[in-house]
Amino acid sequence: MALTLDDVKRIAQLARIEVAQDEAGEVLDRMTGIFRLIEEMQAVDTTGVDPMSHAQDVMLRLRDDTVTESDQHALFQSIAPQVEADLYLVPKVIE
Amino acid sequence: MLNLTLKQLAAELAAKRVSSVEVTQYFLKRINGVGKALNAFISVDDERSLTAARAADELRAKGLAGPLTGIPVAHKDIFCAKGWLTTCASKILSNFVAPYDAHAIELFNRAGAVIAGKTNMDEFAMGSSNETSYYGPVKNPWDAAAVPGGSSGGSAAAVAARLVPVATGTDTGGSIRQPAALSGVCGLKPTYGVVSRYGMIAFASSLDQAGPFAKTSEDLALMMNVMAGFDARDSTSLERPTEDYTRDLAKSVRGLRIGLPVEFFARGMAPDVAKEVDQAVAEFRKLGCETVEVSLPNMKLSVPVYYVLAPAEASSNLSRFDGVRYGYRAPEYTDLADMYKKSRAQGFGAEVKRRILIGTYVLSHGYYDAYYLKAQRLRRLIAQDFVEAFKKCDVIMGPTAPTTAFNIGEKAGDPVQMYLSDIYTIAVNLAGLPGMSIPAGFGDKSRPVGLQIIGNYFDEARMLNVAHQYQQASDWHMRMPQGIE
Repeated sequence: MALTLDDVKRIAQLARIEVAQDEAGEVLDRMTGIFRLIEEMQAVDTTGVDPMSHAQDVMLRLRDDTVTESDQHALFQSIAPQVEADLYLVPKVIE
Repeated sequence: MLNLTLKQLAAELAAKRVSSVEVTQYFLKRINGVGKALNAFISVDDERSLTAARAADELRAKGLAGPLTGIPVAHKDIFCAKGWLTTCASKILSNFVAPYDAHAIELFNRAGAVIAGKTNMDEFAMGSSNETSYYGPVKNPWDAAAVPGGSSGGSAAAVAARLVPVATGTDTGGSIRQPAALSGVCGLKPTYGVVSRYGMIAFASSLDQAGPFAKTSEDLALMMNVMAGFDARDSTSLERPTEDYTRDLAKSVRGLRIGLPVEFFARGMAPDVAKEVDQAVAEFRKLGCETVEVSLPNMKLSVPVYYVLAPAEASSNLSRFDGVRYGYRAPEYTDLADMYKKSRAQGFGAEVKRRILIGTYVLSHGYYDAYYLKAQRLRRLIAQDFVEAFKKCDVIMGPTAPTTAFNIGEKAGDPVQMYLSDIYTIAVNLAGLPGMSIPAGFGDKSRPVGLQIIGNYFDEARMLNVAHQYQQASDWHMRMPQGIE
């Protein structure tokens, strides 16, 4: 598998990270090197092996359907970049 | 006070020969003085620390002190501590004052410990040298030209330079054990699920685990007695009976079966590291341990597997940093999408962006099976290797890192070379096993060598016992770097 500059642009778009035109080449080089390492995985046959997503087989716990959190919006919004009338401000989404 | 262990310092405090305020002032003076050049701390707040020290002294006066009461503890800047700047060594969180405490921080506070400051680290714990920090690299106290290891490099360097008696860190692929080895201190990564991840800024959630740094195995045990415990706010926290991690320290290790994986000793290990590791194993034989050969045939795949799984989880975890609710927002943008892209492009460093991009790719349509699922299948094979190995032995030993500390800048331009410095530690995270590193001598250029001890699930007390018995018969762990006094 060979990554291309178009792949880098597509992934950057998916990841919502701006990659400038003059950076894209270097990003591609580095990622290509890392994928060369990753490709070593393909050498081992894993047919019939169950994927392992966690170290311990734990069941998700259920809790009582009661309010456990107190209202801390003022504290949490005190560290936000832009707030108005208890709302987080972002650029206009709908014209 | 310089080289006292946590145990000894606690005894001094208990006997009221010294107060927590005096101890805290002593170490703050070191952090702000001789420690400054190491760049081991991101945040220090003398007033806040001394307030906690006064509270600890009051607690003691009321007869309510425990073993950690009044002890200054440095915390990796990945743990949210209410009112403290908590940056994860990233520009994107450079203005983030945590509005709540991590579970581990809560437990230390409850024990009456004093937060001595927040330590430097690789940005979002992504790195093995502490060079990816937005706040600049940390220097190795044994040699200022060398890296301290990473990602918990600041915590390791702070304990090595005796700026604090103990510290905390986190380990996703070796980030406690590798810096412990390179900086000549002890570090323990517990079994996955033993320490709550609540309030610990997430990197790769299925691998992340917090643990302690200290000078001795006994001190690690005392730290574990505080840090470990169930927490309902972490869905992977394990409900287990409370353990006293010091309970087995004094046991004899006669008859202990030590597994030596052929893959650890086959190739890749630098000769100076191999020599010290061999001598440490020989010391265990003298203590009456048996050694048996074991095999971890899939271990060689742990680095590629890790560099699929960890970035995949990171790309998801780090999507929360969008410049809306907290953290850095780009000063100029055209619309919402542009605000996200610019805030993230400017807020994250190169290595973090690289890993997010890799993670995004391996999870994207058409590649999920070939990479992510493949890596998860191999993860099971790697974990099963350990299950087989532990049928033949009680603990596994080997090097923590393939070389001693490398120079600052030496591997910074080559991510793959950097990744390979975690070749001996990553498999342990993939399996979710406990692992630790203890000082075992010095290699070329007098840089420290670490011995890695890997235990079976929940076998921390035995590993601490094994390390403690070695430390009764050797003094590598009490050696100090020159020029730090």
